[in-house]
Amino acid sequence: MQTLINLKDIVKTYQIGTVEVQALRGVDILIHSNEYISIMGPSGSGKSTLMNIIGCLDTPTSGIYELEGELVHTMDDNKLAEVRNRKVGFVFQTFNLLPRATALHNVELPLIYSGISAAKRKVIAEDAIEKVGLTDRMHHRPSELSGGQRQRVAIARALVNNPSLILADEPTGNLDSTTGKEIMAIFDDLHNAGNTIILITHEKIVADHADRIVHILDGHIAEDIQVKNN
Amino acid sequence: MNFDEGLKLAWQTAISNKLRTFLTTLGIVIGVMSVIGMMSIINALERHMINALSAVGGDIFWVQKYPAVQMGHLPREIRMRKDLKFKHAEAIRKRATYIEAVSGESATYGKQIKYRDEATNPNILVYGGDEHWAEVNGRYISEGRFFTSEEIHRKEYVIILGNDIVEKLFPFSYPIDEYIKINGIRFKVIGLIEPQGKLLGGSRDNLVTIPYTTFTKAFGQKRSIAIAVKARRGQMAEAMDQITGILRVARKVPPGQPNDFEVITQDSIMDTLKQFTGFIFIAAVVICGISLLVGGIGIMNIMLVAVTERTREIGIRKAVGAKKRHILNQFLTESIGICLFGGLIGVILGVVIGVLIAAALKLPPTIPLWSVFLGVGFSLMIGLIFGVYPAMKAARLNPIEALRYE
Repeated sequence: MQTLINLKDIVKTYQIGTVEVQALRGVDILIHSNEYISIMGPSGSGKSTLMNIIGCLDTPTSGIYELEGELVHTMDDNKLAEVRNRKVGFVFQTFNLLPRATALHNVELPLIYSGISAAKRKVIAEDAIEKVGLTDRMHHRPSELSGGQRQRVAIARALVNNPSLILADEPTGNLDSTTGKEIMAIFDDLHNAGNTIILITHEKIVADHADRIVHILDGHIAEDIQVKNN
Repeated sequence: MNFDEGLKLAWQTAISNKLRTFLTTLGIVIGVMSVIGMMSIINALERHMINALSAVGGDIFWVQKYPAVQMGHLPREIRMRKDLKFKHAEAIRKRATYIEAVSGESATYGKQIKYRDEATNPNILVYGGDEHWAEVNGRYISEGRFFTSEEIHRKEYVIILGNDIVEKLFPFSYPIDEYIKINGIRFKVIGLIEPQGKLLGGSRDNLVTIPYTTFTKAFGQKRSIAIAVKARRGQMAEAMDQITGILRVARKVPPGQPNDFEVITQDSIMDTLKQFTGFIFIAAVVICGISLLVGGIGIMNIMLVAVTERTREIGIRKAVGAKKRHILNQFLTESIGICLFGGLIGVILGVVIGVLIAAALKLPPTIPLWSVFLGVGFSLMIGLIFGVYPAMKAARLNPIEALRYE
């Protein structure tokens, strides 16, 4: 198994007014390619901070973050943007689609920033939309789509650049349980197709889809259990 | 992301907010519109004056008491000048050698001319001239004859009519040898002046000419005359020097003192006119500059609002890999696009205004091309300058905070 993510002694400190808040107090974690992993923890545990750092939206105060051999913790904003573009696919609880753009255009967005030509973009994006089963809705705007459909668009957008990992932050949090199950089935399929998936959730039912569950508590890893072997 | 896509995005944003975009661009629209409108008016005026002056002929200059174009209040030493009189024109005629002809002329405006039961409007320009008046003023006699020096000497009541008066009073009859009345005084029509058409919408044929001696008798002599001089071909400068000398002697100007009269050439009229249009030009630039500045502030304001409104969008874009420059370009393109859009509307409206005003002044419409480029260029610049700060603000947003923004 190939190492994808190597976090060593990651510390993140926030300055809120005059108070220093330690969100992460030395996290070590090793994630391999094609892993299906859940990061669990109550709110305030630091799991969102950890997600931001893994997703290259933020850099640690100290510690080493290696993503596919690249040292992320030393990167500047532009380099981070590039890594996010090429290697990370985000799926958010609130979908985070552009409201004025069609589903297709939303899926194309990462490709725009990787400098792919308009014609090529369309083909790739249509392909990704097909994977999540939304071909007949791709010219609709988010406001014309149901919650589940919106999340499918978001998943297609996360997939479109062939990322090294898919990072899903409470992906079922805004969905009813039936739709949630459908969305989780998509993640299961993606994992089976060879993608690395990291789920951030506080729901046991969601977390149980993963092969490995990491519990975060007070900025530490409290538990790291391999629940299934693949 | 290339410029083309940025523009498309800007356009989508603009039309999804039609009223706001319209109000935002209004400042730019008005600014550019007034630049082009003003410039076309100035341009048309200048060109028409050049045409009008060149119709008079090249070797002619004038001497008069006051400057040709008066701006503001004249200084005391100019206001206190002595009148120019026909005796001064006589002195020039006797002594000057570099001239072909000289003509003293007096004028009064706002006279009414009557023939039997018909009358003109009280807006006729009455000239009192000598026998050289027509020649020196570049006028031609189309019917009849001009008055002679004998008639001037005998102060006879003879009159030469301009075409407007002929058309009004003699629509179906021949005016020569008929009698008309000005202020109840009878004049015999002996000649007609060939029509010259209009200048700046005013007629150039709304005039009559009588002998200056008769003029003095009929309308009094308490006014300064103008002296028109036609120099010998190619001896304009010599003639001007000579006449200045003659007049200084005749008017007893001590050596070392400035002239107490003005020598006016077509060039000096043109210069004065250019100076005048120059003032308008500067005023126009200042007004338009202020308007564009206000427009620019409006742009900046609306772009700052747009950045706040679209914080989440910026977060999404950054999350999927937009770099700072992508966001910067997006918002810059948008502000430049809005300004350019406003600028183009301003150009169209400015051209329309230029054409309308030209039509109202009965001038050929002339829209200087450079003013169009200036207007568009300015709006581009405004978009750039006032778009930079909001765009930088957008580009610097932290992606995590932007994504969390509600």
